[in-house]
Parts: sequence; structure tokens; C-alpha cells
Amino acid sequence: MRLDLVDITKSFPGVLANDRVSLNVSSGEVLALIGENGAGKSTLMNVLYGMYRPDSGEIRIDGEAVTFGSSADAIASGIGMVHQHFMLVPVFSVTENVVLGVEPTGVLGSLDMAKARQMVKEISDKYHLDLDPDALIENLPVGIQQRVEIVKVLLRDAKIVVFDEPTAVLTPSEILEFFEIVKSLVDAGKGVVFITHKLKEALHIADRIAVLRRGRVVGETTPAQADENKVAEMMVGRPVQLVVSKNSARPGEEVLAVRDLTVLDVDGRTIIENASFAVRSGEVVGIAGVQGNGQTELVETLTGLRAASSGVVRLGGDDITDASPRLRHELGMAHIPEDRQRQGLVVGMTIAQNLVLTRYHSSEFSSGVSMNWDKVHDVAEELVKNYDVRTTDVDNLASTLSGGNQQKVIVARELSRDLRLAVASQPTRGVDVGSIEYIHSQIIKERDSGTAVLIVSTELDEVMALSDRVLVMYRGQIVAEVDPKTTSAMDIGLYMAGSKPQGVNA
Amino acid sequence: MPAWLDSLGSRLNRLSSFVITLLAVVSALVVGALLIVLSDVEALRTGNFGSAFSEVGAAYWALVQGSVGSLQALSETINNATPFIIAGVSIALAFRTGLFNIGATGQMMAGGLAATWVGFVMDGPGILQIPLALIAGLVGGALFGAIPGVLKARTGAHEVITTIMLNYIASFTILWALDTELFQRPDRTDPISKFISKASTLPRLFGFLGDRKDLFAHSGILIALLCVLGYWWFLERSKMGFEFQAFGQNPDAAEYAGMRAKRLTMLGMIVAGAIAGLAGAIEILGRYGYASQNFAGTIGFDAIAVALLGRSTPLGTMFSAILFGALQSGGREMQAETDVAIDLIVVLRAVIVMFIAAPLLVKSIWRVKSAQVNTGQTFKGWGS
Repeated sequence: MRLDLVDITKSFPGVLANDRVSLNVSSGEVLALIGENGAGKSTLMNVLYGMYRPDSGEIRIDGEAVTFGSSADAIASGIGMVHQHFMLVPVFSVTENVVLGVEPTGVLGSLDMAKARQMVKEISDKYHLDLDPDALIENLPVGIQQRVEIVKVLLRDAKIVVFDEPTAVLTPSEILEFFEIVKSLVDAGKGVVFITHKLKEALHIADRIAVLRRGRVVGETTPAQADENKVAEMMVGRPVQLVVSKNSARPGEEVLAVRDLTVLDVDGRTIIENASFAVRSGEVVGIAGVQGNGQTELVETLTGLRAASSGVVRLGGDDITDASPRLRHELGMAHIPEDRQRQGLVVGMTIAQNLVLTRYHSSEFSSGVSMNWDKVHDVAEELVKNYDVRTTDVDNLASTLSGGNQQKVIVARELSRDLRLAVASQPTRGVDVGSIEYIHSQIIKERDSGTAVLIVSTELDEVMALSDRVLVMYRGQIVAEVDPKTTSAMDIGLYMAGSKPQGVNA
Repeated sequence: MPAWLDSLGSRLNRLSSFVITLLAVVSALVVGALLIVLSDVEALRTGNFGSAFSEVGAAYWALVQGSVGSLQALSETINNATPFIIAGVSIALAFRTGLFNIGATGQMMAGGLAATWVGFVMDGPGILQIPLALIAGLVGGALFGAIPGVLKARTGAHEVITTIMLNYIASFTILWALDTELFQRPDRTDPISKFISKASTLPRLFGFLGDRKDLFAHSGILIALLCVLGYWWFLERSKMGFEFQAFGQNPDAAEYAGMRAKRLTMLGMIVAGAIAGLAGAIEILGRYGYASQNFAGTIGFDAIAVALLGRSTPLGTMFSAILFGALQSGGREMQAETDVAIDLIVVLRAVIVMFIAAPLLVKSIWRVKSAQVNTGQTFKGWGS
């Protein structure tokens, strides 16, 4: 089967999301679709999957034009999609999830679960997915859940399988396993579209790479012809520095000291268990770990948004275990939260208002009961300039900014004052390559000015590139401390998965 | 979908909320006209709709005449609009703080009762009486608004539920209070309060025109306009207004930024309650001169529609309150002059609000993002 997207154009009010995009993919090959956030990848795939109707252009299957009114049409034509966020029912078994909507039935429409289980088993064996048909989804790790999604797609006879950012939730070893699955799909004659913003992975697995920028295909290349720098340049439209350039750290005195920190959730389950670590001035400590191993809660506890059950947190000698977020802020702690839309910004307010969100109450911006918006405006103008936030007016709503620029607003707000400690959680999640480069350089600059920096990220590459020391979190515990210069990503990946690299006795 | 329709759609998307509001009002008038025609039994039987259409013209003309057609009509419109403006501001402010205050009626009763008490129990000069009675109204409303505020902050009880229930409590408490010796008018057996003192009565607005018995407009409208101005200042210039709005739009971000969510929830309900209490006080001091069980009527609920129509902005709330006030006074004239019942006004108001809500509904169904259309209404669902 050959799938052609021909001159697809799709616009939304004020945005040309796809501008005459043409792509093709055939059975037995992997096409990587790579582009920054907002480049139009998702729109294009929604067009392909029947969620949007294109303004013009057509979709052809084996040369014949087709129109998809809904995703059901797309599925019927042999197109399958594995979404970034899984569409699974947690309390259902693997088999139940897979057959949901296409249940095999027996007499009088009764469910034929034996047959369903058989179907799942067959597909699982054929592609070496190693799935237990009776396991409950909620008990499965994310990597396995993804395989369930893949089986769902295969059971519906997909010939072209689209993966939307499939590796975002996986550990390094799971990513390797995922690549094996992709290979077996290709060997079985499936065509694969692999949507990603990770250059390395595209270069590793793809036969061809199509680069999308501002709604257009700006080029197509192959892993043989291009390297990371070249693809990054195509994505961003200018040369990009991919490696974080930094000198070795000159750590000073201890700024953040965490001793035996234990945090329970509302149900009394332990989320963080006896964590002890320190961050010194002038160094970046990174916390690596697969999403959901307590990093989010650790950051919330350190920044005052969640109560510690026991243990002590000190900032420069002051006990701040029970201090409010505002007090911590005033003591010189900055917090770049993991979810900028949910926590970091009020997107319905202006850029200027967001730039003072954590310090509107200082005498610089307000007196008594009233705000001094003129002063806010002036400071905002300066911050937008200094931190390279791309906007025409600081009085525009924050919602008008791209993800990268929204993140720069937060970075500007949090780092543009005298700090003792900066806590940054997922500082570059969903941010374009150009902004990543910038945000990383700002974080290193902060370190070099003597601030203690704590980075939490599920992107292992990011943690390793920025950090001077790496702590690995697994199931609420800090299971390892490693030197990123002497430890391989694979070894850290093993710690992240709860095991130890061979030859290590810890 | 043909391309022209598509482009019309995207152009409509970009229309400002003001135009959509205007279209909603016009559409509601069209629906109202249809209803007038369809309820003309004579026309339906004979199939002669000519007279029915002229009935529409007559009804709407009476609506205009009765609302702005004369000084007396204008005076009525002003009196009707006054509580709508103040209670509308109360609800708009709660919306902006992420709270859905359905309890304005109860808060009006609390404020009105407190003002009544000050009005008849003390006998000072007007310059003292009126401010004191108004403050009593503010305090009464604030205390009554504090209950759902504290309940929500402490226990998470949703204010929609608690304020509805508190409306009943207010309604029966006032019934009880008006039966006590303290409040009840000595010569009456029904639940009705003593008259407030003359000094406590708000001066007539058109007093300078001489002693015109037909002009009832009182100076409460000036207080209402001050409320609008104050609301504007609060939103645009005050520190607390910034906190309220940040919290209303994104409670997580507000908490992240060091604002205290519980305190803001309580304060939001207290301030909203105080303003609604002021509306109740002004109804007593300006319009009635005494308290009865139903003096607050449905104003507290109608004010929700006012705030929605005005998208919770200061000017928007003011204009929609004036529109509602005008419809009410015009409706009476319409009922008197033509065969059209005043109930049409209720239908018109409902249809206006529906048309305001409908584009948003459509947008949310179609997942169309449009920054321009904003109800200013940011409260969260019951589950949150």
C-alpha cells in the first residue's frame, strides 16, 4: 500500500497550519515526520486520520483519492494511529481494551472472549510483543501499554501505522524495545509514520525524514545524508547549538539540604521515601527518572505546594520544611514548574501580568492596595527584550505565545532576580529546539553566577547535558547518584527502571 | 460546506463579543416577534397574519415607550436597573474569581434586613442614617456570603449547592424575623416590617424638578454607578483584583505564585455577598421603605443573566442591567397597551442569554478556539 498526502492545506482562523504539504509513505518503510511544536505535525495527522477536513489537497491510497469523514473511515482504509496519550480503559484487561468496539460475538451477540483472547495472542506472538491478554492495563508499565495500543491498531488491519511522539513516555531501554517492534512491523510489510521532535530517534529508525516547519515541508532527507545538526537546522531554519556548552562547575557551600524527606499522598501511600540530598551553589543537580516516580511530588514539596510528612528541607541554613511558597520565593527560590499551562502561567492574562505573577506584591510593582501597572509594563518590556520572548506587545495575552515563548516568559520571571536556588521541572518540555538552546544557556548562566540549580526532567539527554551530578529516582526513592560525564545513558536507564548496571554493587 | 460559508464562519469567529451580544439581543427580539404572532389565536384561525404583525409593531413600540418614552418611563427604568446593576456586579465579580454565586438573593435579603433594622431603630439625621444603613447592608450581605465562602475553603463544599440552600434559609429566616416584635409593624399580623425613618430614605433622583408624584426614581442609581466604577478599579488597578482574577482563571497558577487559595475563596464570596447585600439595602432604602418576605424577588437570579450578558465586565454588566431594567418597565406598558403578556419579557431575557451561550456552546463542541468570545465566567464545575 502506498499513502500519498498531496498539497494538503488546512487553516484555522489566523493560522495556516498546513500549507500545501505533500508526503508519501509505502509499505515496508519508516517515514519520520519531524518538526518543532506548532509546525503543523498534529494538524496534518488529524487530517490524515479523518478528524479534520483539509481546505484543499487530497489523500490518495494506492493512487486513488479518498476522503475521510471520520477516523472510522481512516481505519477502514487501513490507517492506524497510536496516540501520544493512550486511549485505554485502566480497569479493563488487555484483551478487553484491544477488542473494544470490534468485539467478536457469538450467539445472539454475546461476547466471545475466548476468540478475542486468541486474536490478541496471535498478534502478540507474530510481532513478538509478549503481551499477557488477561493482565489489567492499570498494572502494566507504560511501555507495555503502548504495545496494547499497537495491537489495537493491528487488529483493525492497519497497513500504515502512525505513531505520535511514541517515545515521550518511555525509558531508554523501552525505547530500544520499541524500535525492535517498529522493525518487526516493517518486516511484516507495514508502513510506519513516526512523528517526533527527537532528532536522534528519527535518524536511528527512519528510512526517510520529512521536516515540517511553519506548516510546510521544508525538506526531505535520509539518515545517510544528514546528521543531527543538519536536521536541526532544517527544523529551526538556522544553525543550532545542540550540545550545551559549559565549563566544569565550581560548587560552593550547600544551599539546599534535604534530609530524610518522606511524603505521603492523601491515601497514606508513600510517594517519596527517605530522600536525602544536597545542592550546592554553582552546581546543577539533575534528577532523572521515568515519569511518575515521585519527581513531580518532590518538586512540589521543595517549592511548598505539597506538605512533607517527615524530614527536613533547608535553604541556606533556614528550615523551610513548612514555609509557604511565597516565603520560599522571598528567600530566593525560583520555581520553573513542569506544566506551564496548568501552573506556570495564567494564559488568559497578558504577558506583562504573567511576568510579575510571582512578585506583583513587591513594593516595586504595587503600593498599598493598588497595582502600579506602568512599572510592570516597563519591567515587562525589558524582560521580553532580555529573554528573547517573541511578541509584538507585552499587553498581548500569554495564550497568543508559542510554547517556547511561553516558557521563556516563565524563565524570565523566575531567573531575573537574585536567587539562591532555582528549581526547574521539565524546563524544555514541548519547547522548540531553538528555545531549548536558549533556556539551557540561561540555566547554565544562572549556575555560573553562583545559584544552586536543581533540574528535574524525564528527558534523560537533557538531565545529562545540563547536570554536574545526576540523582536517579525510582518509586519515590533516590536510588543512585552518578557522574554524567563518566556514566552512560544506558546505565542510568537501568537505574531508572529499578535495576542496577552489571558490576555495580550499591 | 461551501467555501463562502466557511469563510463567513471564520469571519464570524473574529467578531467581537460586543457584536455577538448585539446579535443575541436582535435575535431574541425576532424570536419574541414570532411568539407574538404564533400566540395570536385569531390570526391562526383565520390565516390572516396581517393584524398579528401589526401587533408585533405595537408591542415593541409600547416596550420602547414604556422604558424610555417619557421621563416617567425613564424613571421606572432607572429604578428597575439599579438592583440589577449592583447584584450584577456582585455576580460578575464572583465569576471573575472563579465562583458561581447563586446566593445573591439570600445575600440581598440579609443586607436588606440589616438596613431595615438600622432604618427604623435609629433616628439620626440622613447624612448619618443613610451611610449607616448602607454599611449595615454591606455587612449583612458579607456575613451571609461568608458562609458559603468558609464552607468551600474549609471543606470544599461547592458554592452552587450551598448558596442555593442558603437562599431558602434566608427566605425563611426573614419570614421568621418579620414576625418578631423587633421587626413587625405593630398594626399588622402578616410578616411585614416597620417603616424606615424618613431620614433613612434615599433622596429622590428628580427631586430638583419639584414635587412630582409620578417620578419614583431614587438616588440608588448613583450608588450603583459608583459600584460599577469601583468594580472597574478593582479589576484593573487593585492588587486584590489581580489576585482574584488570577485565581479565577487558574487556581493552580495562583497557588504556585504564592497566593492563598482558601483566603481568596473566602474573600471572593464575602465581597460578592457584601455587594449583593448593598443591592438589598438600596431596594429597602430607595424603593420600598420597609421589608417584606419577597422584597428581593428574583433579582438575585436575574442578575446571573445580567452578568453573563455583560460578560462580567464593568461596562457590560452595567449596560445589560440597564437593558433588563428597561425591558421590565417597558414590559408593563406593553401588557397594558396590547394583548401581549409581560411574560414575553421573561422569554426575551431567556432567549438573549441562550443566544449568548449558544456560540460558546457551538465553539466548544467544535473545538474552535477563539480568544475574542469570553463570557468572563470562569467558575469550575461541581466536581472540581
